[in-house]
Amino acid sequence: MQASQNTITIDGREIPFTAGQTIMDAALAAEVYIPHLCHYPGLPPSGNCRLCVVEIGNRSAAACITQAAAGQEIRNNTSELNAARKALTQMLFVEGNHICPSCEKTGNCKLQAMGYYLGMLEDHFPYFYQRRETDASHPDILLDRSRCILCDLCVRASREVDGKNVFAIAGRGTEAHLIVNSPTGKLADSTMETTDLAATICPVGAILIKEQGYRVPIGQRIYDQHTIRDIGLQEHATKKQEEK
Amino acid sequence: MTTEREINPRIRIATTSLAGCFGCHMSFLDMDERLAGLLEQVEFNRSPFTDIKHCGPCHIGLIEGGVCNAENVQVLREFRANCAILIAVGACAINGNVPALRNYFDLQDCLQEVYLTGIGVTNPQIPNDSELPLLLDKVYPVSEVVHIDYFLPGCPPSADEFLQILEPLLAGQKPVLSQSRLHYD
Repeated sequence: MQASQNTITIDGREIPFTAGQTIMDAALAAEVYIPHLCHYPGLPPSGNCRLCVVEIGNRSAAACITQAAAGQEIRNNTSELNAARKALTQMLFVEGNHICPSCEKTGNCKLQAMGYYLGMLEDHFPYFYQRRETDASHPDILLDRSRCILCDLCVRASREVDGKNVFAIAGRGTEAHLIVNSPTGKLADSTMETTDLAATICPVGAILIKEQGYRVPIGQRIYDQHTIRDIGLQEHATKKQEEK
Repeated sequence: MTTEREINPRIRIATTSLAGCFGCHMSFLDMDERLAGLLEQVEFNRSPFTDIKHCGPCHIGLIEGGVCNAENVQVLREFRANCAILIAVGACAINGNVPALRNYFDLQDCLQEVYLTGIGVTNPQIPNDSELPLLLDKVYPVSEVVHIDYFLPGCPPSADEFLQILEPLLAGQKPVLSQSRLHYD
């Protein structure tokens, strides 16, 4: 198919884009879902979860950090890419402590919902069983690092939207971990509040608001009712609505 | 020649609970009246439902629970040796689940906390009767010990989900769990 000046094609479908737009934003605007965990509408992309990797011609690129360019022929929803995405999701599961039945986030967790979307029946890789520090010092917010997938959404939300810069990722490779920008390194001594975007943006159960546990019964939660595809498209549409 | 299937046309199923809570077995029984229909097609070999002590040759084995001690390993290997199709049922069998929360700690520290130094412990001693199976260093998913043919996630999987995996197998087809039924909790 010959694409016109300002369009790309994703899985054969022609999609318009505006100058400077990423492939992810152009796709979501056209209601084409590219699986993602670390992308959130309105926040600068970081390209670290790699779930949105698509094929552009002969090369692979993360859709959230790659600008759309006229004539790109992109493959997204293929069995090969979805198998790779499932393996990435399994790696995120085994690297942390993701015991869904004992986690308050179950049913509202994007990592879990991604597993459902990709048909993940088991973890495949051996669990790391890493012990990571829990910070329960804050009166209203719990930080359980063992569930953190290092998406850095809280880092970006705190810096870009809340204007507080509460979080950062320290260390490299398997040593990478979430740190708190306060004199003691504890959340209680930071400026974090429950009304911050950083307090609610966590896709997994690493940052939880206290005293809300199990208010919504298991079985009636977001991803008990909807797929992550539906919610991903909806988040984008809601953000566009707000901007108008 | 008369085949074995013609003499006894029923599919033999064995079930066991290793490091689990029997919740998956309870959920299996939630089939309620549908169990009557199922029992026309299947018979249970070793299972908490029958009290048969050892697994004989079976078409299907259902494993609930992870692997936490030497006896679990023995039972699991017996199931693998005797079952043509082995299914890991529930979160504990698939990834260790709640019993595997001890994997973040040293086994000796766990035993000391539970039997010697923990709050409210009376007559402190670590059990060491020779009848007791030895604990493994960690709780393992069953797939790390034997080959598993199918996985049925859930804590527990619902009765409908048990049927969704069993009915195709009874008809000689490959089961596929629908995406809308998939849940890990």
